[in-house]
Amino acid sequence: MAAERLAVNKTYKLYLNGGFPRSESGRSYEITGPDGFLANAVRASRKDVRDAVTAARAASSKWAGLTAYNRGQILYRVAEMMEARSAELVDEVSRAEGIEEAGRQVDEAIDSWVWYAGWTDKIAQVMGSLNPVAGPYFNLTAPEPIGVAGIIAPGESSLAGVVARLAPALCAGNAVVVLASESHPLPAIALSECFATADVPPGVANVLTGHRDELAPVLAAHLDVDALDVTGVGEDKLGEIEEAAAGNVKRVIRAGPGRSPYEVTAFMEMKTVWHPKGA
Amino acid sequence: MTRAVSEGPGIVERIGGSVDAVGVEQRAAALGTRSIKKEAKLLGLDLAIRCCDLTTLEGADSPGKIAQLASKAIRPAPTDPSIPHVAALCIYPRLVAPAVAALGDSGVAVASVAGGFPSGQAPLDHRLAEIEAAVSDGAGEIDIVISRGALLAGDQDAVYEEVSRAREACGSAHLKVILETGELASYDRIRCASLVAMAAGADFIKTSTGKISLASTHPTAVVMAEAIRDFAEATSRAVGLKVAGGIKTAKEALRYLVIVNETLGEEWLDPDRFRIGASSVLNDILMQIDKQRSGVYSDPDRYTKD
Repeated sequence: MAAERLAVNKTYKLYLNGGFPRSESGRSYEITGPDGFLANAVRASRKDVRDAVTAARAASSKWAGLTAYNRGQILYRVAEMMEARSAELVDEVSRAEGIEEAGRQVDEAIDSWVWYAGWTDKIAQVMGSLNPVAGPYFNLTAPEPIGVAGIIAPGESSLAGVVARLAPALCAGNAVVVLASESHPLPAIALSECFATADVPPGVANVLTGHRDELAPVLAAHLDVDALDVTGVGEDKLGEIEEAAAGNVKRVIRAGPGRSPYEVTAFMEMKTVWHPKGA
Repeated sequence: MTRAVSEGPGIVERIGGSVDAVGVEQRAAALGTRSIKKEAKLLGLDLAIRCCDLTTLEGADSPGKIAQLASKAIRPAPTDPSIPHVAALCIYPRLVAPAVAALGDSGVAVASVAGGFPSGQAPLDHRLAEIEAAVSDGAGEIDIVISRGALLAGDQDAVYEEVSRAREACGSAHLKVILETGELASYDRIRCASLVAMAAGADFIKTSTGKISLASTHPTAVVMAEAIRDFAEATSRAVGLKVAGGIKTAKEALRYLVIVNETLGEEWLDPDRFRIGASSVLNDILMQIDKQRSGVYSDPDRYTKD
């Protein structure tokens, strides 16, 4: 009789600067689904937030400096990796949320990713402009990445919710620090394994798991973060988080309905240049 | 601090001793895990600034850059008078005169590398002439590098001789002797070089030039601090320790303070006996102080670059 195999369970860790470390604090917390215990996830600390922002800052100029076309290729490859692992992602989502139609959420996430990957080299021509001015000048407006974006991901939709905010922020050319859903963080970590195998440069996307109340105010107040997506912040905490974000006048962003190039420009700054005509 | 006198080469054999490499590395690793928080951290960071030799040793340095760096040395945080000035500004001899003019009576010393820095391969006469020129331009501290080749060939006497001659050339200026530990290849040789340099009259012994990739490490700092301790016991003369090269973060600076405190004691936690040679560490220290005071992580772009 063949011996029964021992279970080989995955250890869910952070995704930070292209690696999968545990928290510097060594802490973890229990994740449960509708069917009970799922796994121990890392409970990140304030220092992990700081390390993630440092990594994102270091990576941001390289990511923004790639050609828009190349960024699109890399993001499309993320979608390919998600497609290749879609069975695993479906399993993650259904165990986390206990839903039958997890497959639809995963398809939605992958399709969103492809949709935003296609926008990287189109956003400047569609959203930029040549402005008529009263003088002998060309006046051009072009969107540029804002720099480092913090994303407090929506709590309820464990995969599509993260993708809906992360894909436009990366498409815009930003480096990103994501706080995954506190109760369902595991699909976001599975997603980060797709980044690691898709040539996304280390530090461009960082995914942290842990307690929202502990981490969100630190990310919001961090002076080296340029924009903050608060889609996942509850009404009761919104005032506190927005106030913390005001310290360096961060752009505070909330998701609109569905996919849109405006979701990308929300993570961008419009730069206007005057250039003399003729001469 | 009084001007050092040579103790004679015999003292090296008298103190002697060899280094337990595994023990030193374990000791250094254990000291590296000390956690320093809150009030103690603020005090440590303040001390680290006071012990800092703010350094620029680039071919592109100009009198203008020295003037900028001098104002940073005097007031590291322009809007915050509670931040102390650094110990010294460390530069090439060519720029000593503008540095002396820019620093005035601020209390920040002018330290000049000399003696064929960073290789130390020029003829001895040239090296001594460079030291004398820097001193006559007004440098109060001179950083020289020993002949590692001579030491590696077993010729301690040659090293003793050149350091003694440099000692004379310095006159009343303080002499810091760089061992360039990354090229000495063993802890025993680092200990030996430390003792030779101290015996020949060094006021400070210093780990590295910062110009080679293998710079200051925690175990080398422990080895050198222990040599200083043994030398002080044998001769009653306190020699300072300067760590330099690759120290970029406030955390690293605090680790070296712990090593000095635990090996040499509190009397060494003073700019007269301990220095950190660095450039970028100062901004990180300022960032950590702001973080400690406000509770908010800061942005490197908020601090002056030079």
